[in-house]
Amino acid sequence: MMDWINVILQGVLVGGLYAMFAAGLSLIFGVMRLVNIAHGDLIVLAAYVALVITETFGIGPLVSLVVVVPLMAAIGYALQRLVLNRTLGEDLLPPLLVTFGLSVIIQNGLLALFTADSRKLQAGDIEVATIRLFEGVYVGVLPLLQFVVAVAVIAALQFVFYRTALGRAFRATADSQSVAQLMGLDNRHVFALAMALSLAVVAIAGVFLAVRANFDPSQGPARLIFGFEAVIIGGLGSLWGTLAGGLILGVAQAIGAHIDPGWQVLAGHICFLVILAVRPEGLFPKVRL
Amino acid sequence: MSEPPLLAVRDLDAFYGDFQALFGLSMEVAAGEAVAVIGANGAGKSTLLKSIAGLLRARPDAITFNGARIGGMPAHAVAAQGIALVPEGRGLFASLSVEENLLIGGQLKRPGPWNLQRVYELFPVLGERRHLASTALSGGQQQMVAISRGLMSNPKLLLCDEISLGLAPIVVRDIYARLPAILGQGISLLLVEQDVVQALKTTQRVYCLQEGRVALAGAAKDLTREAIAAAYFGV
Repeated sequence: MMDWINVILQGVLVGGLYAMFAAGLSLIFGVMRLVNIAHGDLIVLAAYVALVITETFGIGPLVSLVVVVPLMAAIGYALQRLVLNRTLGEDLLPPLLVTFGLSVIIQNGLLALFTADSRKLQAGDIEVATIRLFEGVYVGVLPLLQFVVAVAVIAALQFVFYRTALGRAFRATADSQSVAQLMGLDNRHVFALAMALSLAVVAIAGVFLAVRANFDPSQGPARLIFGFEAVIIGGLGSLWGTLAGGLILGVAQAIGAHIDPGWQVLAGHICFLVILAVRPEGLFPKVRL
Repeated sequence: MSEPPLLAVRDLDAFYGDFQALFGLSMEVAAGEAVAVIGANGAGKSTLLKSIAGLLRARPDAITFNGARIGGMPAHAVAAQGIALVPEGRGLFASLSVEENLLIGGQLKRPGPWNLQRVYELFPVLGERRHLASTALSGGQQQMVAISRGLMSNPKLLLCDEISLGLAPIVVRDIYARLPAILGQGISLLLVEQDVVQALKTTQRVYCLQEGRVALAGAAKDLTREAIAAAYFGV
């Protein structure tokens, strides 16, 4: 019994990370109908950026967020302004192809710079610290922190989207690009801000991923799949739904892994397929952000 | 006229791909003036407004506003110059509430008489329903939101595309009854309208378009029914 409580708890805590993978993805799709195939590779890129910064300045991974988050946001802004804005239009295919190409470039670039060796960020004592909830049930401080940060990130995005002028601009531009322009909103700038916000979230997710487990340049596409699955399970366009989607995926994987270690990823995919079959619109759909 | 017009369109061509919608069209709006553009479906009325608002490409010198060449400027830059378009079919942001729609209209923060409070005084019903989704309103109320949203940017020139479209006559009369209050604030108006009688009543000058060209222009009170009918249908 205690065994299962632990399993589900671990799944929930990992699910927070998946929700962070998914939030940036869903934000970009919601605002500009862009499916970012390079999203997972950008997460891995953020992990390597954090690696360089922690090694260069001799600071811990969590402190490095102070640099990594703004840096990734700046990369996101530039990427959107210089490349992705040119691909947007009536057709969904060009941005898909360009981000696919970007994914290949990031993977091979990282491979050339850092080799295929697995790396990991060292966070020190916090990595092994645990809290005893009650007899037989323990949670790691780091997974707990990661989960709390994930919930805070979702709450912050929710606040930005529904309570600020920037969020209004995002939603208006998503509704109608041409009318938003008539209101004086420069679409290219609004989209670039959305991508900057997305990559700021990516930066946080990337650092937690890199502290939690080994990473190497080829890991991006799997993170992308987890992100996609969390978005679809939760329902497109709902941020809290995305959090729920991440948690469900995390728990499904944890249960699968507990039954047989080889079933971890498979159980997540099966859970996703079942939900897609039963509720194609996801659990908490809201058509648009 | 010795004073240069607020808006001057000179020899404007407009295209949708290979299809040419406007042919060397010229017209102008003076400061403080209300001007109507009438014409049959496909005559190029909406195309003219879209060109002025920057949604369609135009030669830089084809459109001047307030002394500046605005032809070919992107729409968001044209809006910043002080031109607001109330688009055909209203174009409200469906996922925003009434008040959020108005706030988006005001996000340029141009100084002037219009703000949320003034707009709610003009259309009190919008104040009562400001937290509803914009799609939950009746057609007439949605048109009020669209006009108010345009006003929120404190434009020098308001472009209105088919305000009466799809609305009951009594609602149309109600909305037109508020236009004098708007014009009283020193805004110029360029109105595209199918309802010719309403257009002639509201404005001082009229342009009648036919197949992308000006077929007739003159003071609203001088134009005869016959002249308008001839220009409208090209007979």
